[in-house]
Amino acid sequence: MSVDLATHAAALALGDDALVLSHRLGEWAGHAPVLEEEVALANIALDLLGQARVLLSMAGDEDELAYLRGERAFRNLQLVEQPNGDFAHTIARQLYFSTYQHLLHAELAAGEGPFAPLAAKAVKEVAYHRDHAEQWTLRLGDGTDVSHERMRRACEALWRFTGEMFQPVEGVDVDWTALETTWLASVTDVLGRATLSVPEGPRTGAWTAGAGRQGLHTESFGRMLAEMQHLHRSHPGASW
Amino acid sequence: MTNTDWPLWEVFVRSRRGLSHTHAGSLHAPDADLALRNARDLYTRRGEGVSIWVVPSSAITASSPDEKDPFFEPSADKPYRHPTFYEIPDGVKHL
Repeated sequence: MSVDLATHAAALALGDDALVLSHRLGEWAGHAPVLEEEVALANIALDLLGQARVLLSMAGDEDELAYLRGERAFRNLQLVEQPNGDFAHTIARQLYFSTYQHLLHAELAAGEGPFAPLAAKAVKEVAYHRDHAEQWTLRLGDGTDVSHERMRRACEALWRFTGEMFQPVEGVDVDWTALETTWLASVTDVLGRATLSVPEGPRTGAWTAGAGRQGLHTESFGRMLAEMQHLHRSHPGASW
Repeated sequence: MTNTDWPLWEVFVRSRRGLSHTHAGSLHAPDADLALRNARDLYTRRGEGVSIWVVPSSAITASSPDEKDPFFEPSADKPYRHPTFYEIPDGVKHL
């Protein structure tokens, strides 16, 4: 499928978000706190991988894009490449990102753009991801002293990565300012119900992340890619 | 994690065209909300148009195998107890 440049760039950005987060969630396989949660995280990872495949296929060959690009060519948000950390870190990352993704896909699904068909399908999946993250935020935040403290730390640690989500993506026709306002209100509401306060750190400007979309990534992302791409790079051209 | 934090739940699922909820299996969850969500992942693959019930296993009272005979003996020698002496009309499907 040939698409215009802006659509190509947007498909890469959104596709890389889904691909990278899917890989991070895949790392939980066999390590989740309980068997039921294992299934839930794998389910979410599979949904995201499905979205990544559709989006990357819009931009080119999905396997080539996933396995043969270097770190600097990836356009994902720095938020999704953050290491899993403890369960609270994973949930905080899910809360921030799935709320964003749900709002974004709802907008895209309502529009007429090239992403409308994908978004119409994805929005249902992402609604489930968001619900999952909210449920766990409530349980950990409003759980024991220990789980509250861990959830608080996780929310604060990832806060500085959240401003980047609302940098306009070329080729994605949505009102980013409105999206950010709605996102902030939703996250504030969930954190409040979870007895957590909204982190005070900055979300944009100095001391925040914000260059993932330009191909600048955090340190752990290189290691993640090395693992993800190892086999494909060792046996280039093999079919499997 | 202890079993009191994550008690056992029984899951009943009604499929899209199903008429009644059928016992599908069990799972562990800290509360009913999560039990419902886990049941959806485990037993319905998120297929749409299904209904799920979750019940804490502790809420279910089961008949005892020891009392099987007096409990379930169908009194086959008393045919007047069984409603078998009339024809079921064709229109009745799910009796």
